[in-house]
Amino acid sequence: MSAVLEPQGLAGHDHSHDHDHPHGWRRWVYATNHKDIGTLYLWFSFTMLMIGGVLALGIRAELFKPGLQLIQPELFNQLTTMHGLIMVFGAIMPAFVGFANWMIPLQIGASDMAFARMNNLSFWLLVPAGLLLVASFFVPGGAVAAGWTLYAPLTLQMGIGMDMGIFAMHILGASSIMGSINIITTILNMRAPGMTLMKMPMFVWTWLITAYLLIAVMPVLAGAITMTLTDRHFGTAFFNAAAGGDPVMYQHIFWFFGHPEVYIMILPAFGIVSEIIPTFARKRLFGYSSMVYATASIAILSFVVWAHHMFTTGMPLTGQLFFMYATMLIAVPTGVKIFNWLATMWRGSMTFETPMLFAIGFIVVFTIGGLTGIILSVAPLDIQLHDTYYVVAHFHYVLVAGSLFALFAGVYYWLPKWTGHMYDETLGKVHFWASMIFFNITFFPMHFLGLAGMPRRYADYPMQFADFNMVASVGAFGFGLSQLILLYVVIKCIKGGPKAADNPWQAPEGLEWSVPSPAPFHTFETPPTVK
Amino acid sequence: MNKLITSASQKLGLLTAGLVMPFWAMANDMTTKYNLRTPASDIAAELYTLHNFLLVVCLVIFVVVFGVMFYSMWAHRKSRGYKPADFHESHTLEIAWTVVPFLIVVVIGVYATPIVMAQKDTTNADITIKATGYQWKWGYDYLKGEGQGISFLSTLTTPYEQRINQQPKTENYLSEVDNPMVVPVGKKIRVVTTANDVIHAWMVPAFGVKQDAIPGFVRDTWFKAEKVGTYNGHCTELCGKDHAFMPIVVKVVTPEEYTAWVNGQKAKTAQGQASAQLAQAAQ
Repeated sequence: MSAVLEPQGLAGHDHSHDHDHPHGWRRWVYATNHKDIGTLYLWFSFTMLMIGGVLALGIRAELFKPGLQLIQPELFNQLTTMHGLIMVFGAIMPAFVGFANWMIPLQIGASDMAFARMNNLSFWLLVPAGLLLVASFFVPGGAVAAGWTLYAPLTLQMGIGMDMGIFAMHILGASSIMGSINIITTILNMRAPGMTLMKMPMFVWTWLITAYLLIAVMPVLAGAITMTLTDRHFGTAFFNAAAGGDPVMYQHIFWFFGHPEVYIMILPAFGIVSEIIPTFARKRLFGYSSMVYATASIAILSFVVWAHHMFTTGMPLTGQLFFMYATMLIAVPTGVKIFNWLATMWRGSMTFETPMLFAIGFIVVFTIGGLTGIILSVAPLDIQLHDTYYVVAHFHYVLVAGSLFALFAGVYYWLPKWTGHMYDETLGKVHFWASMIFFNITFFPMHFLGLAGMPRRYADYPMQFADFNMVASVGAFGFGLSQLILLYVVIKCIKGGPKAADNPWQAPEGLEWSVPSPAPFHTFETPPTVK
Repeated sequence: MNKLITSASQKLGLLTAGLVMPFWAMANDMTTKYNLRTPASDIAAELYTLHNFLLVVCLVIFVVVFGVMFYSMWAHRKSRGYKPADFHESHTLEIAWTVVPFLIVVVIGVYATPIVMAQKDTTNADITIKATGYQWKWGYDYLKGEGQGISFLSTLTTPYEQRINQQPKTENYLSEVDNPMVVPVGKKIRVVTTANDVIHAWMVPAFGVKQDAIPGFVRDTWFKAEKVGTYNGHCTELCGKDHAFMPIVVKVVTPEEYTAWVNGQKAKTAQGQASAQLAQAAQ
């Protein structure tokens, strides 16, 4: 970077666009600016959301009626697998990283991330990984069709699409690990003077904790899929029972990653909601230190509950009991967070713009997902519900109505800061209501399907499951189409709209609101002092 | 017909029954559409009750928490002129809403623990049957108890034409097999699961059982059917392209019918062996 001293000033100079960074394609390919990289992550994740969504619509189109209408079972299993992998690793996780890139430096008063060039690599690794995943559909044998959980020994039967998928996951994991190193270093070292840890915004706290989770568990996933790869091609027998291996060991290793992974996908969502509710309630976040401790407790507990995904594998009694108790325990800090949000709203002075609608919608619908999670955690009952549509309902409630709605809330909340324009509030509200209604039409009936015994990953089903499947399929198409409203709102807002003030929501706290909208290319080149 | 119904109270009784029946039928239909299967074993009945209990707990929590929230959204809004209060912490509240959920969780844990212990207790079974998962069918081997030595495969019998919509689908679409597992009512059946290729899972919701069938490993579970009847289940672990097409059917019969079935199976096996011997001798 330049060795010239920049003039003093809160926000840097607007005309810096002209001379201190490349334009055109080089701006994006060589990007080291946290705002540009954040934008890249967000567009990438939206694209993957659409692709993953199309796969889901393929699934729901086939399941609209019993019988095999459109898609053969082999392709159906590929759709379910890739829908999961693309949504988890291509849509949700990169979207949160995009938010981290945009907002963490702004919120802590830093000029950029600690490792700007590694940041660039972290993003651009996603593109070949995404291409590998999508391209795997077109190779002989098609994409991997073993479920996103990739259980052995079924994975040993898959074609080359599986190897492409493993390669893609390794790349995605490397990207996540590098991103997390960047985030931790930035947060721990580059906070503005006066910003102690307990003065950081909640979004920053949740990402600090999430980054540690990522570093701890992504290597474990890498281990599991590498052992699968060597079992497939290099003569090892980690999971191949015929050669003396242990398929259940795969599950232990996978879920040791898998369970913290789902908290990785929800903690930043908690952070976003913790930013939005106080702003629109015009009241400080209730119980800040409790929120920090609760988040940390959830993260720590997430390491000791993994086998609740394995209640039917034949664990000894002690195992069933331990994992049941530990899993039920996570409900406690999660409940604490929900109560704290409620107490923030209570006796506030609320308005209900789109970010607040999505944040409140998140709380309601995520709680439903959390409550079904408690039901699933009760091991004896999980015997009935494991691998049924009840589980599908549960995790879509927490991941879609949870993570995705929080992401939408954050988009609407920070779009004015990113673009300098106010988005179309009416359309935003339409997007919210359409999403909420269609989401529930799609996924609520799945609870009933699961209770009635419909298994997951079924391309076809007995007649008694037909009605609710039809309802869910209609809802799914509605939900998918509703997301085009978001695309329209975002593009319209980028192109123009009423000029956004520095602090359009009149948030009382948050360094991001002290810089102009749109945030200049360089911000906080001189760190502000926080009292 | 009216001559048979003389008293007013009888008429009233019939009227009430007539009015209630459709609701009762609906409730039953609702129960089976919206809830776990009608239990056919004591464990399944306990699980049904446990689920109802948990549903009530969750519903109460939901109504209370969101009642408070929706009230707040109505009362504490800027458009009603409400001015924001100042508070932002309370140690008492934090402790309260940590301890109370913790206690609720403990209650649930205490309720559930004996059920887990019961589910895991596969000792003293009357009959032991091995269920082997194949891609894509089940194999049953009667290992111990009455019927020992019986062995057969159980494959989906729904015609392919129904699957590809060339024939109308029948009531037991995808839930019918050629050779169901047959067990006597009221006896403890230990099901030992394993697999030949990839992981499958054996489940019968009416009995409240599900157990992964893992290649190279042997796991077990148990059930005791309390009612005669035919019960179905499905493979519940993704096992390849025909994962949806390897159902489980268990026929629960009276002990006498079971003995008759066992003898019939043994006769068939003997006949099969005899034919094979004859064929060999004839060569």
